[in-house]
Amino acid sequence: MELTVNGQRHQIDAEAGMPLLWVLRDILGLTGTKYGCGIAQCGACTVHIDGMAVRSCQIALADVGGEVTTIEGLGTPDAPHPVQQAWIDHQVAQCGYCQSGQIMSAAAMLALQGEPDDQQIDRIMSANLCRCATYPRIRAAIHDAARRLATG
Amino acid sequence: MSRAGRIARRGFLVGSVAIAGGVAFGAWRYTRPLPDPFAKGLPPGTEALNPYVLIDGSGITLIAPRADKGQGARWIQAALIADELDIDPAGARIEPGPVSKTYYNTALLQENLPVDPTDTGWLAQTLRAGSDVPARLLGLQITGGSSSVPDGFEKLRRAGAVARETLKQAAAMREGLSRADLRSGDGNVILPDGQRIPYTELAAEAASIAPVQDVVLRAPSQWRILGKPVQRADIVAKSTGTQRYGIDLAFDGMLYASVRAAPRGASVAKVEAAAAKGMRGVHSVVPIRDGIAVVADNTWRAMQALQEITIDWAFSDLPGDQQAVWDSLTAALDAAQIDSRPRDTGDVENALAAGAVIEAEYRVPFLAHAPLEPMNATVRISDSQCEIWTGTQIPDFVVAKVAALTGLGEDGIKVHNQMIGGSFGRRLELDFILQAVQIAQSVPGRPVKMIWSREEDFAHDQPRPAQIARGLGRVANGRIEALDLAIATPSVTTSWFGRVWRALPGPDATITAGAGDQPLAIPNYRVTGYRANEVFPVSSWRSVGASGNGFLHGSFLDELFAAAELDPLQGLIDLCNHDVSRRVLNELREISAWTGRAAGQGRGRGVAFCLSFGVPCAQVVDVADTPKGLRITRAFAVADIGTVLDPVNAEAQLSGGMLFGLGHAMNCELTYRDHVPEQTNFHAYQAMRLHQAPEITVRLLENGPLRGLGEPGVPPAAPALANAIFAATGQRIRELPLSRKVRFA
Ligand code: FES
Ligand code: FES
Repeated sequence: MELTVNGQRHQIDAEAGMPLLWVLRDILGLTGTKYGCGIAQCGACTVHIDGMAVRSCQIALADVGGEVTTIEGLGTPDAPHPVQQAWIDHQVAQCGYCQSGQIMSAAAMLALQGEPDDQQIDRIMSANLCRCATYPRIRAAIHDAARRLATG
Repeated sequence: MSRAGRIARRGFLVGSVAIAGGVAFGAWRYTRPLPDPFAKGLPPGTEALNPYVLIDGSGITLIAPRADKGQGARWIQAALIADELDIDPAGARIEPGPVSKTYYNTALLQENLPVDPTDTGWLAQTLRAGSDVPARLLGLQITGGSSSVPDGFEKLRRAGAVARETLKQAAAMREGLSRADLRSGDGNVILPDGQRIPYTELAAEAASIAPVQDVVLRAPSQWRILGKPVQRADIVAKSTGTQRYGIDLAFDGMLYASVRAAPRGASVAKVEAAAAKGMRGVHSVVPIRDGIAVVADNTWRAMQALQEITIDWAFSDLPGDQQAVWDSLTAALDAAQIDSRPRDTGDVENALAAGAVIEAEYRVPFLAHAPLEPMNATVRISDSQCEIWTGTQIPDFVVAKVAALTGLGEDGIKVHNQMIGGSFGRRLELDFILQAVQIAQSVPGRPVKMIWSREEDFAHDQPRPAQIARGLGRVANGRIEALDLAIATPSVTTSWFGRVWRALPGPDATITAGAGDQPLAIPNYRVTGYRANEVFPVSSWRSVGASGNGFLHGSFLDELFAAAELDPLQGLIDLCNHDVSRRVLNELREISAWTGRAAGQGRGRGVAFCLSFGVPCAQVVDVADTPKGLRITRAFAVADIGTVLDPVNAEAQLSGGMLFGLGHAMNCELTYRDHVPEQTNFHAYQAMRLHQAPEITVRLLENGPLRGLGEPGVPPAAPALANAIFAATGQRIRELPLSRKVRFA
């Protein structure tokens, strides 16, 4: 099966039902996308498909109908995406395990919504669990990233 | 000399050894014969080096031996060294020990807490109580009890200072100058004419001279990194998906595995695995102790195949339901199985007999650790060696247990500690590591990465214990006359030591921690711990005993304040007999603009205080009843940790600890049915999500002794919230989670 991830095309030899999460992690070695629950409850596995945030543990390889972007494709340590830069500036991460998913959810939301209000942030970001409870900084970083994106 | 200074001088010196192309600086520690099997190693009278700084031609490596599970321990350990060494820690390699440089593996096992076993001073007592480590086990390398900062504060800075001065001495000898005329900065020795010699060039020479011991540690006013808001070294990696955790490791030829283990008290009776064995990618089905593992060519295939295996369990006659837990706790209280009575002031019996008594029963549930990174370990076994890549807080116990399991000598067990995606105490357990070792034994020579499913994680956590407490109190003349709190709980310490080593006799301070040790001058004041039978194994959960006791004590105290018609914050301040704690309470009153519980129609404010791990922490929670349910609208927290070494991270720990406490108090419990928890994944164990997280204001004070902050933010949160709900609604909730009684928005 063919899969485009972070702009690169791959031929994947795997079961049609294998969740994208495990294709990314165990076949392509893209381990920035995390496993946390496997049942769409934690958001640690969030990636973009054609810009939309999806839970990669829930989408089967055969159902990936677009280009996949993972945290590695969003930005890099040398050239972070504005959302990642906001996360760095606010020092959001504690253990950091949820943060790939948090950032991918936030980046997709901001691409769609411009400057979301707190209710919109609540609604969208509550799908991402942070066991370390970094929520105040997540919220601050989102507002900050929204401003940065708005001013280009 | 300060107490810390005396301990440091007596406990260790900083020395150096040559390594290939460079030098290692570390703490020389006088070894003593210790009776326990894990402190083995060097013959009595000899010395061992625990290195902290390695410099060779290729760069500088800082060793941060305490495990990092999100509390920033790795970074702060590096910063302590780097501030004295005059380097930018972000430019150094930061490694957890033990690593592959074999010359010090044995030595690193003797990593110490900073107190002598015979030291009975206050600091020593606090450290021991705080980390729940009996004196005779103080030779072990354990991350826990918020101990990493106090442990490293003296030792790591001294290692950095000795390394710096020795490098300067090497430069002085090379240039024919006096060390006193040289300076240091940014990884260089600076000559009087401004010329800079990189440390890396001086390393080999530094290895050949005696280390300079007479260093004076810098005063806080001279610190460059410590105490300043700096960017933690792991922040960029953790914001770009490039941080590697144990679960992310990959090796050539690596196999993947997952397991299903027996419910509590059961064993495997019959396995039907034919279908699983024929599935794509499945390498083998491996029986392990009380469970089954599938080894496959990726994680998902292993997990899928596990689901196709039918296992019949043979159950023992141990009880398997939640009711048995409540029964055992009630029985413990009634049978007066007194474990300890750390507080017995005045004459409680007489004071209670003098008038009307307020009586209340409180309950707290089991709670799962459920860190977001599921348990995992990667293991490769050969004839003579077992290598383990995992995140653990107790590497010494890993070595000892794996040695026993495999029959390999302890020298053949290598633990490569990994960055941890959350722990909350879960990584103080060995279960998952021992499973991974058994699996690896079935495929000698090949690395196997074992990952638990989230369902396995919930099924096999050893939770925070459930508790029942009975409070008796009397108020008169506008004051609290008597408070008598009886707490029943199984012993976390006994349960845990029984698993990782062997059960220890004697009372367990965690049964009453956070209740029996509070700095309050109530005239007739008694706190008693009752040891209940362990129905299900229990473990340390962030803030350990204080996590539940903080709620029991802080809520019942609030009941008595209410009965006496006292303002609860003023009441705490008036009762407080510890200056550092009183200043915390006063600061909380300031920042929360406290004027009382009342906050208008449908609103209320609650306050609670708990001193745990040597840190006084006080919190205010504001709630409002809304059409969608009850909402936490604001929260305030103040703690005193003596010296704030990393302000950005300390605030995150206090805020995170408080929210962690609030989320579990609102939404979480683990209840057993048929030998397993009913909660199988995060849909049934929500903790806190963003929409429930209030705006939070935190303040750190620096009046007390230097302490860590990973845990003390947790205990006051639950009672502050319950007390706020009482203020808003008049409803006194004596049972967690609060969602059993109120609906949260
Ligand atoms: S792993 Fe996909 S939502 Fe949790
Ligand atoms: S930072 Fe640890 S789970 Fe979010």
